[in-house]
Amino acid sequence: MFIRFLSIFTLGLLFVFAQPVYASPVDTYEFKDEVTKIRFNALTKELRCPKCQNQNLADSNSPIAADLRREVYDLLNQGKADIEIVDFMVARYGDFVLYRPRVSSLTYILWFGPAFLLLIGVIVVVMVLRKKPQEKTNETLTQEQQSQLDNILKDKE
Amino acid sequence: MNKLIRFLPLILVVALGVVLYRGLSLNPTELPSAMIGKAFPEFSLYGVYDAKTLKTQRDLKPGIKLVNVWGTWCPSCRVEHDFLLELSKSNRFSIYGLNYDDERNLAQKWLTTLGNPYHFSLFDEEGKLSVNLGVYAAPETFVVDHNNVIRKRFAGPLSANVWRQEFEPLLAQIEQEQQAGK
Repeated sequence: MFIRFLSIFTLGLLFVFAQPVYASPVDTYEFKDEVTKIRFNALTKELRCPKCQNQNLADSNSPIAADLRREVYDLLNQGKADIEIVDFMVARYGDFVLYRPRVSSLTYILWFGPAFLLLIGVIVVVMVLRKKPQEKTNETLTQEQQSQLDNILKDKE
Repeated sequence: MNKLIRFLPLILVVALGVVLYRGLSLNPTELPSAMIGKAFPEFSLYGVYDAKTLKTQRDLKPGIKLVNVWGTWCPSCRVEHDFLLELSKSNRFSIYGLNYDDERNLAQKWLTTLGNPYHFSLFDEEGKLSVNLGVYAAPETFVVDHNNVIRKRFAGPLSANVWRQEFEPLLAQIEQEQQAGK
């Protein structure tokens, strides 16, 4: 019994301490300071790899992703601002490279659609709740009905 | 009126279903190029054969140009190579190669054994020009008009069919513009 418990416990421990394994490419870039490194990591996470479309630049092993990472690195070293680097990518690869689409007339439905649907939902709920209950006519029994009811109840007893 | 409102959710769900179902059949890898209508980016690169002199846009001939992105690591490039050789016989346009992310000796061997359809091939080891062109992968073919403007990007191997459907009409159009002196 104890051994069984122990083995389950160890197995559990394994799961607790297990780390997911990522096959991320390893680049050996050296950054001039910590801020640049953080910016590089943030940018390569925000930008999508055009070839393997469900990966960002940081994750992808494809040659184009490696080239784009180097491009980001070079641009950072040239002292470009984040927005300039993003613009550089969009100018070449289109809005598609952005994991967070920009707000434009094309993407209004993306950005505001959910809020709009929620608003409709709220309006419907409010309308349903505020619907006046139907006039309750004859809430009290008339004298006649009362005596009928009394009769029925009397019969039961 | 009241009845219509009752059916509204059903109508909405069906409409949404139609839209989403259509989305399933779209090809997500067919992306519009952001470079259409822009000038061909400036470059200065060595050639595959010539590792001594830098080539720039001044080395491109006037007129219509095809720029074909290729690499020896790319199987589809092998597929389209014979058709490129055939195209290179035409004098309506000149073909240039952009060798992407490759090794020089492999690229040279490729051109020597399979034949060279290009006026010259740029050797873009670091992908500098390729990134500026918005290249995703090889093979890709760009049509650059006489004013040095990118008119088309085609991703995938060229073939006679593709050529007839996608390139012929555009070439005819550019030639017309050329004659009109635009």
